Amino acid sequence: MLRAGGRAALRVGPRGREPGSGGRRRCCSSGPDGLKQTPLHAFHRQQGGRMVNFAGWSMPVHYALSHLESHLHTRQHCSLFDVSHMLQTKVFGRDRVKFMESLVVGDIAELKPDQGTLSLFTNEEGGILDDLIVTSTSEQHLYVVSNAGCREKDWALMQGQAEELRAAGGDVHLEVSENALLALQGPSAVQVLQTGVSDDLAKLPFMSSAVMGVFGVPGCRVTRCGYTGEDGVEISVPIGRVLELVELLLRDPQVQLAGLAARDSLRLEAGLCLYGNDIDETTTPVEAALVWTLGKRRRVAMDFPGAPVIVPQIKGKVKRKRVGLISTGPPIRPHMPILSPEGRPIGEVTSGCPSPCLKKNVGMGYVEGEQSRVGMVLAVEVRKKSCPALVTRMPFVPTRYHTLK
Amino acid sequence: MAALRALRRLGASLAPRCPGRCGPLISPRTGWPQAASARSLGTSALLFSARKFTDKHEWISVENGIGTVGISNFAQEALGDIVYCSLPEIGTKLNKQDEFGALESVKAASELYSPLTGEVTEINATLADNPGLVNKSCYEDGKKLLFHFQGVNSTSMIKLQMVFLSQADRLLSISPI
Repeated sequence: MLRAGGRAALRVGPRGREPGSGGRRRCCSSGPDGLKQTPLHAFHRQQGGRMVNFAGWSMPVHYALSHLESHLHTRQHCSLFDVSHMLQTKVFGRDRVKFMESLVVGDIAELKPDQGTLSLFTNEEGGILDDLIVTSTSEQHLYVVSNAGCREKDWALMQGQAEELRAAGGDVHLEVSENALLALQGPSAVQVLQTGVSDDLAKLPFMSSAVMGVFGVPGCRVTRCGYTGEDGVEISVPIGRVLELVELLLRDPQVQLAGLAARDSLRLEAGLCLYGNDIDETTTPVEAALVWTLGKRRRVAMDFPGAPVIVPQIKGKVKRKRVGLISTGPPIRPHMPILSPEGRPIGEVTSGCPSPCLKKNVGMGYVEGEQSRVGMVLAVEVRKKSCPALVTRMPFVPTRYHTLK
Repeated sequence: MAALRALRRLGASLAPRCPGRCGPLISPRTGWPQAASARSLGTSALLFSARKFTDKHEWISVENGIGTVGISNFAQEALGDIVYCSLPEIGTKLNKQDEFGALESVKAASELYSPLTGEVTEINATLADNPGLVNKSCYEDGKKLLFHFQGVNSTSMIKLQMVFLSQADRLLSISPI
């Protein structure tokens, strides 16, 4: 049920309803198991997707290809992911940048038209509420993509702040986009996409965005970003046409469907955090080694939530630091203790898996600040045995973003 | 355990279903393969009569006091591509339910517990370099190790075969939320 003008969007007024709630569920519906479903749910099942509950959504973990095959295919060719469960929000109004900056740590005002950035919602204690991508579009709105697991939290946060700003005379309002969201990721992703778009994608650098027709589907927002470390795009598609687009993309033999299993191992190899595992409300951006997200101007102005806690940590000491770990032998997994060379517990693993590309074990965890130097040999307790692990830089597998140099 | 919490995050929803050609349908109560599924195994009658399944998807096959242990097709499917396999050294003495090793896929880990008391006489060394064999051929090349049982008579063997392997619990606990 599209509005005149073809924009499938739920406009939310001051009373602010939870996105996708109420009678007009268009971007998601609920299945008999009570889980939310994306517009591609039936398609996933048809394609042999093994469905699981992820953050209250029924999502495919993998399809016919095994986890390993899917992971490696993404790095060698390209994979198509349904990421419609994530929250897509549009922020309109004269004061949209001021609004966004009141919630995130980044320099949003400095974003060029159609440029995006990874940023963080923080709280007054300096903890991270969510990580998200904010794009300053050339269509008078900010385009925000945030995690499915934080959907209600983020929506309440943004709505509450918007109301406050309006009460103080500001001009800002939010719209949830009910579009589906696809991710096409891998070295051949853009080549595949190019055959269906007339814009020259070579001119769309990493973290930039544009609206274009894709394989005959008009009005798709294509953003050059992703969660795999590979070149690729996320495509926001009107729900009425997403199945058609997916089927057209899959006509190219280079493209394979991929699910959450590959998504997780790919992002870990790329050194990307998973909210809830590697970052949460108890971790500050400095502890999480995400200092680069703190805008230069914002650090000086100290005008983001938690700034008095976070900014002093940049030059000072932190009690703990997120590090990358690499090991051989038994894989390291979340919650395993990390030990100092002397065998003293100094932290915990937050993410870990055997790396399909490196054939070694990779992981992330937090360790005491002094033990977080790259090159240090620590240990991880795996099933009561101490296994050496090297502190290493991330990404573990080199990233291949399309930056224009 | 930790890996399974991670897996639960992903929420593996693997509806228990008939494992297909390799494995018989297991009734959780009896622990014995259903008679009807004998046809589905496609292995020699001798092997089948020796191979017993626990109700948790490990199998044990005993001949002349030597037991061979492996995991079922259902279990290897549930775990996914196995990328790491840890087995004990030859000569290790194990009591029933002692942890003797682990099988790990990219997404999950599963400890293995001894179904019987005995001494390890042989391990499947090829699994160290080629753990994927557990997936490809869970009943032949992927069989995990050989136990030598000491002082075990057939009655106690039957009793011990009813012991549940807690790693299979784990394999099943990654079922739907």
